[in-house]
Amino acid sequence: MTALRVLDAGALTLVQDLGRPGLAALGVSASGAFDRTAHRLANRLVGNDEGATALEHLLGGLRVALPAGTWFAVTGAWGTLSLTDAAGVTRAVEPHTAVRAETDAELHLGPIVRGLRATVAVRGGIAVPAQLGSRARDTLAGIGPAPLAAGDVLPLGPAPATPVPPADLVPVDPPTDGVVELAVRPGPRHDWFGPAAWHLLLTEEWRASARSDRTGVRLEGPVLAPTPERADVELASEGMLRGSIQVSPDGAPTVLGPDHPVTGGYPVIAIVVDASLDLLAQLRPGQPVLLRLATGRR
Amino acid sequence: MRVLPCGDRALLAEFEGLAAARAAHARWRREAPAGVVELVPAARTVLVRLDTAVLGLGAAETWLLAHPPIANDTAPMAARTVTIAVAYEGADLDAVAAAWGCSPEAVAARHAAVDWVCAFVGFAPGFPYLVPSSDGAGLPPVPRRATSRPRVAAGSVALAAEYCGIYPRESPGGWQLIGRTDAVLWDADRAEPALVTPGTRVRFTAVRQLPGGAP
Repeated sequence: MTALRVLDAGALTLVQDLGRPGLAALGVSASGAFDRTAHRLANRLVGNDEGATALEHLLGGLRVALPAGTWFAVTGAWGTLSLTDAAGVTRAVEPHTAVRAETDAELHLGPIVRGLRATVAVRGGIAVPAQLGSRARDTLAGIGPAPLAAGDVLPLGPAPATPVPPADLVPVDPPTDGVVELAVRPGPRHDWFGPAAWHLLLTEEWRASARSDRTGVRLEGPVLAPTPERADVELASEGMLRGSIQVSPDGAPTVLGPDHPVTGGYPVIAIVVDASLDLLAQLRPGQPVLLRLATGRR
Repeated sequence: MRVLPCGDRALLAEFEGLAAARAAHARWRREAPAGVVELVPAARTVLVRLDTAVLGLGAAETWLLAHPPIANDTAPMAARTVTIAVAYEGADLDAVAAAWGCSPEAVAARHAAVDWVCAFVGFAPGFPYLVPSSDGAGLPPVPRRATSRPRVAAGSVALAAEYCGIYPRESPGGWQLIGRTDAVLWDADRAEPALVTPGTRVRFTAVRQLPGGAP
């Protein structure tokens, strides 16, 4: 059996696929890759199904031992990548391209300098046991494979029938280190907030908080106060979505991530549209964020 | 019923109360058209997640408004009854007794006499929100604790507002704790991970001590 071995998991390395949607009635949210675009691209590069199981690595420092002949690709966040072969020779590796380890080798992700989360896909995918139909780690519910630790051995699945595509290098820009614009639409409780709060939401330059994770990305900025008649009203818990922007009693907005609670009791002022969701995964602490009203129907 | 905007992939239907929300959930589970990918019931709302490539927001809203809840339509989704043994010795039993003006023993007796049904699941995997299965059979509402506990033990049976809940695993929590069970509410490796799902009827029986010993 071929397997990869974790030598150093860094700050946080999770096993992810595209999640387990459809279980909200059991109190389980979809979870899955935070940056779905990066996840799909990494899998496509090595000829896997887009939803194959891969690694989601935070901040840099990951080191994994790959058996000879393993194809892999790294997407998402940017940092230096290097591969050390069995003879001890180290070479730089390009992101966004399929690379083959000709001998037993060690892949090293250096500190991430753009974005926050890198995806590492391996041809054949990570073949750890699934839970509730998915291999995604839900950090809030504690479902799926535990966060990786040094010494973990992860079996690889059989090579897919599709070949490694001949595309040489996919031109992808690194995640920006400047202002990130997220498109939003009104949420169910937008009318709990007056025009002043709505204006602030859409004009303020927010900052991504360091107190952010896969459950939610907190935005720092001015206080979003509900209208006086709503100020002391408690909202009965209601269904939440990835991208829902909850406003907590202290007036701070939090954009819910893939491991969000299924229901919540804070009013949702707006919701990040699907096309902007993956950008959330790459927000670095302190990075400026603008929320813009999505154009289009409704 | 009101249909509220909910981003580009969902709508939130809001109702007068829990009974109408449950009735709408029951009806839509049976009748929802293709493109409705998930219904998330809650206390006064049903979140309707959509595949907008199949059913657009406008068409979905039109369909929902044309299919309002039917009174008393709470067809069980899981027509089964679960009996749960409870040792009534929760840390807030005396506080609930004081609020109701009765003895702790009477709190236990009144709680165990109710025929409960799961309205929805939320907060954590497998955490059921139980309500009396018939109107008017409820217990007096209980406020949440002023401060939330950082750790509530798995199996804690608790009250808040008109609901009874059971903590599937140790977690923070602000509900009033009246007892504890050793029933396993959630096991992700079980064929049916959640012991109680929307529609499941629940009866509590008082026991002096749980088989596992002191809680």
